[in-house]
Amino acid sequence: MNETILLKMKNIHKRFPGVNALDNVDFELHAGEIHALLGENGAGKSTLIKILGGIYRADDGDIYINGEKKEINNVFSAQENGIAIIHQELVLVPHMTVAENIYLGREPMKGKFIDREMMNSETEKLLKTYSMCFTPQTLIVNLTIAQQQMVEIVKAVSSNSKILVMDEPTSSISDKEVNFLFSIMKTLTAKKVGIIYISHKMSELWQICDRVTVLRDGRLVGTECVNNITKDNLISMMVGRKLEQYYTREFQSGGKTVLRAEHLCDGEMVKDVSFELHEGEILGFAGLIGAGRSEAMQCIFGLKKKYTGSIWIKGEAVHFTSPVDAVKKGLALVPEDRKLEGLYHIQSVKYNATIEVLKEFIKGIYLNKKTETDIADKYVSMMNTKTPSLNQPVSHLSGGNQQKVMISRWLATNPSILILDEPTRGVDVGAKAEIYSIMNYLAKQGIAIIMISSELPEIINMSDKVCVMANGTVKECLPHNKVSQEAIMKFAAE
Amino acid sequence: MDNKGKSDIKIKQGAYQYFKENMGIIIAFIVLFGFLALNPITMHAFLTSQNMFNVLRQISTNMYLACAMTMVIILGGIDLSVGSIIALSGCVAAACVVRHGMSIPVSLIMGIFVGLLFGMINGFIIAKTTIPAFIVTLATMDIARGFAYVYTGGSPVRVVSKAWQFIGAGYIGRIPVPVIIMIVLLIITALIMNNTRPGRHIYAVGGNVTAAVFSGISVKKIKFQVYAYSGLMAGIAGVVLASRMYSGQPTAGNGAEMDAIAAVVVGGTSMAGGSGKIGGTIIGALIIGFLNNGLNLMNVNSFWQYVVKGVVILLAVFLDFVRNNKK
Repeated sequence: MNETILLKMKNIHKRFPGVNALDNVDFELHAGEIHALLGENGAGKSTLIKILGGIYRADDGDIYINGEKKEINNVFSAQENGIAIIHQELVLVPHMTVAENIYLGREPMKGKFIDREMMNSETEKLLKTYSMCFTPQTLIVNLTIAQQQMVEIVKAVSSNSKILVMDEPTSSISDKEVNFLFSIMKTLTAKKVGIIYISHKMSELWQICDRVTVLRDGRLVGTECVNNITKDNLISMMVGRKLEQYYTREFQSGGKTVLRAEHLCDGEMVKDVSFELHEGEILGFAGLIGAGRSEAMQCIFGLKKKYTGSIWIKGEAVHFTSPVDAVKKGLALVPEDRKLEGLYHIQSVKYNATIEVLKEFIKGIYLNKKTETDIADKYVSMMNTKTPSLNQPVSHLSGGNQQKVMISRWLATNPSILILDEPTRGVDVGAKAEIYSIMNYLAKQGIAIIMISSELPEIINMSDKVCVMANGTVKECLPHNKVSQEAIMKFAAE
Repeated sequence: MDNKGKSDIKIKQGAYQYFKENMGIIIAFIVLFGFLALNPITMHAFLTSQNMFNVLRQISTNMYLACAMTMVIILGGIDLSVGSIIALSGCVAAACVVRHGMSIPVSLIMGIFVGLLFGMINGFIIAKTTIPAFIVTLATMDIARGFAYVYTGGSPVRVVSKAWQFIGAGYIGRIPVPVIIMIVLLIITALIMNNTRPGRHIYAVGGNVTAAVFSGISVKKIKFQVYAYSGLMAGIAGVVLASRMYSGQPTAGNGAEMDAIAAVVVGGTSMAGGSGKIGGTIIGALIIGFLNNGLNLMNVNSFWQYVVKGVVILLAVFLDFVRNNKK
């Protein structure tokens, strides 16, 4: 392995309001190396990558490329410096050909016109080099996700990128395609390209990577050669943080079974999910992104039209195909992505908080504005939501307060089963603590709560039981006293 | 909790805020009205009750369409077929009297029913498929217009009964019947939008359709209902217009959909969906109506009137754009 240092990021600092996203982080990439970047969600991986890609600017710190100090101020200057980032969400133009995408913005010209022949023949050469089985004239829409990734890679390499960042490239492709991807990565490293590889699948590290850097809470934990380190070492590097004090959970053993699911399968992400939920219990669902946790809950809530398996609510067999029916049986689901799936942004806090319980104050054409305000006020202040008024557009609130409005909306339905999907994502620490204490209060009232979360400390400190999911199945159900970050990671990363 | 007292005060402030949000078009309307009332060329003819009722009668059919169009646009859609539905409904109603000897109330109901039927077809296709509303209603626009020509052979179906003219050209007291119908329809529409569950759901679907699905709102049902309502309103507009013109005319309502859209947009409803109020649309339709009236009173060449109308629409939405950008 060649030891030339291709990229050096030194003393990188990045602060966001309320958070130190990166605190004095160093990172080094050799030419011809595949360097894994590991860390939990929120550890600072994506911030570091965005600084490298010119999307964010570091508050402090230097970037050296080939030993030369460089200023990377925007995406363009990152590209100028040979940095290419392949994002999780692909950014190709779907109805253009492979060749047109590869040469987008730098089309070869013949006089005033695009030189299509040259573009296609050059692309063909590139595709041959990497033994791709599609032609330059193929439309992007007709390619598989894996093939589209290949196009991204070819595009990056064709513009002479020397530093390639791959953000979870294997999260949505099959094993066979993964192997092909790895072989291409090997071809690239032979050409002295340095690859920064982000993945949640730990087993891949020993297959493909040379070194690994672990970040935690915005700080550098360490950089190691993969051959000198075990999976257990890595896990403890990733999760070895002290638990915060703001978990106010009084654990309890649940009462009667209120929800039982057996062999749920939606034919896609959810393969075989079974579990039981009891009165007054908080059941945590841990797992990596793409494990099928949200999708399993969407089956239960009637958001998936087609799924198999059995669900019982309080002993009664149900099969919802619409959330309306699920809500009638006392279910509530606060979705993962509140911006996309939850909020009516331009509408007021009041509108957002009461949309589920219109029946209680609208009878035919008779609208009782006082009841409406009372309901909104009751739940919005129960959640301690900070808003100048109930008529404030919900888009003007902070993330934490928006989430509180979302929870208010569903509390107003008096649910007996409350499903919270990533209840504290993008929520500041203070609001988090408040959400935890509300969850504790609700559980004491006998409400059964399912909490999907990718934050391990939250899962561990709030859940009476934890179901760990991987690849669409529940791998293990751990009672509170057996839960540890290591135990969860063991089953989740299988 | 001291939160409670505070929020009561804030609600009253919300009413002010609503006025403030619509201030732009309200002022525009007052300026236009004041100009026409004080301008020496127009002042004598303008401020007569006859002229006022005339204007209201002229804008009434546009207002029927704009009522439903407000809902359609808040829903995030568009309905281009309403102008053609006006023609078909009017022709069917007139033909029911003349050709089939039906009584006038039954004929009117038949005409309105044709409108509703087309609205339901629009709604059904838009709800069940992902074909854009623009395309669906563009197609049904041609279909309805075509049927109107085929059904009448291209010439007007004249009705020579006095009773036929009642809903379009009649009066109750001094108030023209179409204006009374307009007021009734405005009240019904405002009640639906502000005071009913489907009304709230329209905002939800237009504002964030994914969230609406997660909220358990039946998106398909709402879409179907709104387009059906739009067809119904076009049907009513069609028979009222046919009554006023003593005939069902296959060319009637040409471009009426655009006037309705203009009223809605000038009234401050966003084409992106999710926001808007019927109160804004009323003022929007009034502005366009009084503008037409004023230009006529000032003897402006009718070709130039198009130019002026277009400029005013552009100006209105531009002001809206400036105000939104400031926020």
